[in-house]
Amino acid sequence: MAEFKQAPAGAPLGTQLMTWVDNRFPASKLYKEHLSEYYAPKNFNFWYFFGALALLVLVIQIVTGIFLTMHYKPDAAKAFESVEYIMRDVPWGWLVRYMHSTGASAFFIVVYLHMFRGMIYGSYRKPRELVWIFGCAIFLCLMAEAFMGYLLPWGQMSYWGAQVIINLFAAIPFIGPDLSLLIRGDYVVGDATLNRFFAFHVIAVPLVLLGLVVAHIIALHEVGSNNPDGVEIKAKKDPKTGIPLDGIPFHPYYTVHDILGVSVFLMLFTAVIFFAPEMGGYFLEYNNFIPADPLTTPLHIAPVWYFTPYYSMLRAVTDPLVNVFAVLVALGAVLAVLKGGFSTVVKVGVLGAALVAIFLLKTFDAKFWGVVIMGLGVMIMFPLPWLDRSPVKSIRYKPTWNKYLYALFVINFFVLGYLGIKPPSDIGTLVSQAGTLFYFGFFLLMPWWSQLGEFKAVPDRVTFEPH
Amino acid sequence: MSGTISGDAQNTAGALAPGIDKGRRTWIAITCGAGAIGGAAVAVPFVSTFAPSERARAAGAPVRVDISAIAPGEKLTVEWRGKPVWILRRTPAQLEALAKLDPQLADPASVRTQYPTPPYAKNAHRSIKPEYFIGVGICTHLGCSPGDRLTPGPQPSLPDDWAGGFLCACHGSTFDLAGRVYKNKPAPDNLEVPPHRYVSDTVVIIGEFTQA
Repeated sequence: MAEFKQAPAGAPLGTQLMTWVDNRFPASKLYKEHLSEYYAPKNFNFWYFFGALALLVLVIQIVTGIFLTMHYKPDAAKAFESVEYIMRDVPWGWLVRYMHSTGASAFFIVVYLHMFRGMIYGSYRKPRELVWIFGCAIFLCLMAEAFMGYLLPWGQMSYWGAQVIINLFAAIPFIGPDLSLLIRGDYVVGDATLNRFFAFHVIAVPLVLLGLVVAHIIALHEVGSNNPDGVEIKAKKDPKTGIPLDGIPFHPYYTVHDILGVSVFLMLFTAVIFFAPEMGGYFLEYNNFIPADPLTTPLHIAPVWYFTPYYSMLRAVTDPLVNVFAVLVALGAVLAVLKGGFSTVVKVGVLGAALVAIFLLKTFDAKFWGVVIMGLGVMIMFPLPWLDRSPVKSIRYKPTWNKYLYALFVINFFVLGYLGIKPPSDIGTLVSQAGTLFYFGFFLLMPWWSQLGEFKAVPDRVTFEPH
Repeated sequence: MSGTISGDAQNTAGALAPGIDKGRRTWIAITCGAGAIGGAAVAVPFVSTFAPSERARAAGAPVRVDISAIAPGEKLTVEWRGKPVWILRRTPAQLEALAKLDPQLADPASVRTQYPTPPYAKNAHRSIKPEYFIGVGICTHLGCSPGDRLTPGPQPSLPDDWAGGFLCACHGSTFDLAGRVYKNKPAPDNLEVPPHRYVSDTVVIIGEFTQA
């Protein structure tokens, strides 16, 4: 508990007021800790705009969302109509709705770039593991938020998209069918489903999301931001002030810096809202302009673009790929026994676990494993801090071939995303199977490959050219 | 102050440090346990609200369909429990083609039990009357409604020796004209055959759980 302070005699009214507040609520303390005396590395580059932009999009989504709920009706008989009502009859309703629908895609663009920044500069490495984990949890919430929000317009894509994803849960052995029934609240996706998704979308998930965003930022400000060099700026402090030599106060330097990023972002964002709100069917799918019809599935259904890489992985898992998994598990176990250098007990354990895994792979349907792979595709982000064993954080000081590997990872993610939009085809399935194996190989083999090659010398101080 | 007590509370052996009242610790544990049980009990009604309501349970009455107007090779879709139910009148040629497909199918004899085929439809044509196939038009993979690809021959997304059937556009599962799933497709099961019975030659009741 802080000492009770007294404003000096004759202090301006503002100072007196702030003293009064600070004695009761740590306003100045919070301002200093998180803005004026939060020291961020001075060598931030382009990639560091996206955290602030994600926060901006979150605010846009919350504000536009609140206004949409004033006109939207979560009722299977009225939902589609009420969205059209917002678009046509509510003054400026179209703008609010397009901001919200474009905001959803913008959110994923910004967050994917934000996550990739973390990957290339090793921002998840010690001591920032929890920053990363909170971030992954935010990503999960965002996916839930986007998925449930997509049902609300009650168009054909809304309906059949929800049908497919809820049926994913039905693939879980034993409890699956009851679980999907519990999610739907009816034997088919219907009014009950729409109503509960509305509740989750507008209140339950946003509350969790906001809590996680706060935790993400508190954890970040506790350990301090990483930077493109992966150098800990706290290691070199001014002996007199204790301020990191390579740090500058977040406010005003990065707040002003971020205004530039926000301006550029808003130019692009508004351009989409005004000139291409449907983005050629990628941000708003054309089939969703047809009211939901439980009797006909549109000829081609695909999730919105931001889910398609994971959707591709789901589709890739057919019986042959499950066999490949079984072989890989067996190979992995044999390698662990021969090269792992474990004790006999561990070796027996590894072999036993591998046998159980192969047995389960062959027992349950490929459908179930498709769901598992899709889930793991997202979940594998969580242990990244422990998968990366590289002696350096930033890609700048990793062996040059790492850059090609990360480029390949990005290309692979795009290819998976592209295939997820397309109707299924034999060649597409083969490519997405290879892509799925590469995606998981990238992460699961990281403890091995991240230690290979010639690492470059990491400087003591960040590299920074005054400009 | 409280920090120092809990910090010293346990020594390296894991036993309680001197000055800790064991009886009170026991009571704290009991209170926490009771609180957890109470919390779990409160969660039950909330989780229960997710289950289908009484109204949803009551809906789903059987549907009566007149099938006399369906021409050979045509399909009629009716709604039962919110799901599309197909009634397909197969031509003799289509029926003949069914028998040759067995090696390409995942479960030609409908022995899997995830979506049990009623005994009266456990035959080569999966129906009571060979001519009429009655099935739930919901893919057993993830619940899309497959599209008609009734014409045989090469066409997009299908093999060149396609014998006519259904294609689920969502994930590419294919079914023959008896709703049987092809091998190596995401869908594990044949299309569900709903319980049904014929009340006359031209009227069928879908959704009645009685012997045909």
